[in-house]
Amino acid sequence: HLFIHSISIFQAVLIILHLSPFGSLLFSPFSSHLSSSSPIPHRERESFDSESLLSPFPQISSSGGISAMDRSPKRRSISPDDATRFPDEVLERVLALLDSPKDRSAVSLVCRDWYSAESWSRRHVFIGNCYSVSPEIVARRFPRIRSVTLKGKPRFSDFNLVPDNWGADVHSWLLVFASEYPFLEELRLKRMRVTDESLEFLALNFPNFRALSLLSCDGFSTGGLASVATHCKNLTELDIQENGIDDFGGEWLSCFPDNFNTLEVLNFSHLNTDVNPDVLERLVSRCRSLKVLKVNRSISLDCLQRLLVSAPQLTELGAGSFSQELTPRQHADLEHAFGLCKNLSVLTGLWEATAMNLSAVYPACSRLSFLNLSYTALQSQELASLLPHCPCLRRLWVLDSVGDKGLEAVGANCPSLEEIRVFPADPFDEDMINAVTESGIVAVSQGCPKLHYILYFCRQMTNAAVATVVRNCPDFTHFRLCIMNPGQPDHTTNQPMDEAFGSVVKTCKKLQRLSVSGLLTDLTFKYIGKYAKNMETLSVAFAGSSDLGMQYVMEGCSKLRKLEIRDCPFGNAALLSGLEKYESMRSLWMSACNVTMNGCRVLAREMPRLNVEVMKEEGSDDCKADKVYVYRTVAGPRRDAPPSVLTVSSL
Amino acid sequence: MATAEADMYVTINFEETELRLGLPGPTVPPPPLGSRTGAAGKRGFSETVDLKLNLSPSAKMDGCDPHGAAIKTANNACSNNDPAKPPAKAQVVGWPPIRSFRKNVMAVQKSSNDAQPSKKPAAATTTATPPPPAAFVKVSMDGAPYLRKVDLKLYNSYSDLSESLGKMFSSFTIGNCGPNGMKDFMSESKLVDILNGSEYVPSYEDKDGDWMLVGDVPWEMFVESCKRLRIMKGSEAIGLAPRAVEKCKSRS
Repeated sequence: HLFIHSISIFQAVLIILHLSPFGSLLFSPFSSHLSSSSPIPHRERESFDSESLLSPFPQISSSGGISAMDRSPKRRSISPDDATRFPDEVLERVLALLDSPKDRSAVSLVCRDWYSAESWSRRHVFIGNCYSVSPEIVARRFPRIRSVTLKGKPRFSDFNLVPDNWGADVHSWLLVFASEYPFLEELRLKRMRVTDESLEFLALNFPNFRALSLLSCDGFSTGGLASVATHCKNLTELDIQENGIDDFGGEWLSCFPDNFNTLEVLNFSHLNTDVNPDVLERLVSRCRSLKVLKVNRSISLDCLQRLLVSAPQLTELGAGSFSQELTPRQHADLEHAFGLCKNLSVLTGLWEATAMNLSAVYPACSRLSFLNLSYTALQSQELASLLPHCPCLRRLWVLDSVGDKGLEAVGANCPSLEEIRVFPADPFDEDMINAVTESGIVAVSQGCPKLHYILYFCRQMTNAAVATVVRNCPDFTHFRLCIMNPGQPDHTTNQPMDEAFGSVVKTCKKLQRLSVSGLLTDLTFKYIGKYAKNMETLSVAFAGSSDLGMQYVMEGCSKLRKLEIRDCPFGNAALLSGLEKYESMRSLWMSACNVTMNGCRVLAREMPRLNVEVMKEEGSDDCKADKVYVYRTVAGPRRDAPPSVLTVSSL
Repeated sequence: MATAEADMYVTINFEETELRLGLPGPTVPPPPLGSRTGAAGKRGFSETVDLKLNLSPSAKMDGCDPHGAAIKTANNACSNNDPAKPPAKAQVVGWPPIRSFRKNVMAVQKSSNDAQPSKKPAAATTTATPPPPAAFVKVSMDGAPYLRKVDLKLYNSYSDLSESLGKMFSSFTIGNCGPNGMKDFMSESKLVDILNGSEYVPSYEDKDGDWMLVGDVPWEMFVESCKRLRIMKGSEAIGLAPRAVEKCKSRS
């Protein structure tokens, strides 16, 4: 039998071909779906959109009702007459080896048998918008799920543009999962509301539960974490990142039972209160499989040193604040501890790291592939001293305090660099000197030809610099440039930044994600519509001259999935130009544009399978649609919307 | 157009009698029509004011309606050339697009870098350790519809804090604060008023999770141990009062 861990869809088809006379008829459609067979690491899984739930299935009626295909897939027994039929069990066995959600979506469209077998063999489901589908529909469609990834609020909620009580509460999902997926093992949530009650419910109702990851969620406290620690006997992953939570103390860490030892991932780096270092040390020494440990700022360097000595097998480390005054002896001990960590590939944290302390990490840097220095305001010299120790660096996050000189050091020392993110140390300080300019990013691009991901916050940029950058690095997949002063032109020519983004989309054929900024006219969008044929995500702010801008994008960007727009002069004509498009997208966000309620009503009337939601602001006029959020759904209008969120109907 | 004017008229009247939180005295100019009022929605790290910018040269309003023309143009708050910056910087909500946990970290970094000289040998005794992060605590007041957050590190004394809290919650008054700030608050006669339920009492939750009356300990110790503040009704503070009364007795 088949002992391979996972296979590509190509291999699956080959196997089936050997065993079924139907195979040859089915072979040709799959030539376009060949993909690699490596299992998708956790981080990258999130970038796939599960189309299965919303693929343009011919049987789904226009009212969004559930078709015959969506009924619980039946298991078919083999009858002697079915000699030419392919046995379900074998088909399922083969398809179970497929990992990629895109491959699985393709498989489910082949025929009824394959649809059914794929449904039964699917273990992980990714839901990019929790309101696009209901938990009941998911459970009916995929009866044997063990792992769920759910995303909730629109991304602009990260920047306070979405009211607090907007929704995306996970509880209703957990209630359904408790009866339909009692053996659920993994739950990964992003921008969802999670209460302590929900965490306790989770901990008590899923005996096999193993992995919890909460990214940018809110609504819970350390009390909820205590429930998880207390009751989840087989927990392997507890990953709490960047959440807005109430911190009632570090006692939750003490709630892990004394004999508990299965943890592999522990990330509490963004919790603010103290945890008991002894408790942490004992926990870490018990958990021999621990690979990822990211501690918060309360952990001293003494404690960190002991943690490293007891867990040298770590592959990812969040090193806490790193700010203690060290004696030479302590420094040597710490350096020695880092030297024990031969497998470290990710280093983050370092909130108040001084240059002196930072040198203690050098022995562990030789295999480092991701270094996150975005919490510590290093100067250029300090970065320049550190980088030569990290020859294998592929991803680097820094603050703009390193200046253009620091970025020159990056270009000089990091030939393998694929991703750079430069965050502003003080976004509201307009007098900031030493921040990065266009020279910095040009220097990086000159030294790092493999660069494909950039996030760059700056206060000035030129069209020529951007053109140079993409000439040096034509393989960009993610290009996110934020010129922090809205509507700012090229500072040398005083022209709009249209040509900059024009050069990006013309040169970077593989571009998937683009964020634009600066002074931009409709010409930018004309370029985008014409050239950005692989672009899936576009973020626009304070840009464009007329409805044409958005129209170009809606008409030209065939692969567009997520569009978020704020403070642009796009009105109803622009909104409605995307009529045909929104059902193939995950969502559209438009705020502070010129869309009116009437425009929203027309959209809702023409496209009944979209939810068109408007958030009104206090004191605004009745007819303006201040914030519009449009998304496809098979679950109908939201039933849990707060008063500030109106679902626009065609009435 | 008549309805528009009628609407305007109604709005104006309403403002005259509008209940607001704030100190009595000269009123701050009412916020312009169309901008966010009150505390709806979260604030960013700095106090932010919602501004709508019309920056494109040919930006047009898609003909909405007459009294909708009040999409505000920014009062140049974002321009680098503006000499008269308001003291609390007016910023656009959610711009630049930085997550709030990054903003807090930056403020701390800035103050700690300002304090720190650039290179020091490890054995030096005079290097300043970076100051601990900003001490934001939630402040709730019984009966108020929303909570506030204050950074205790920004204040130097109880009277500073009480003044600031007083501005935030206008019905909260400490009364006479002598040189000892809140300590005077606990004179016996004041407490009697409290016990009658006529006053508000500031209390805080300390590191051990106990609720204490504000003002007992030296200011620095208070800042270290305070986890959150609650301004409770006097009638609810009865449990806290006896300790305070005892303290007063032992002092006088």
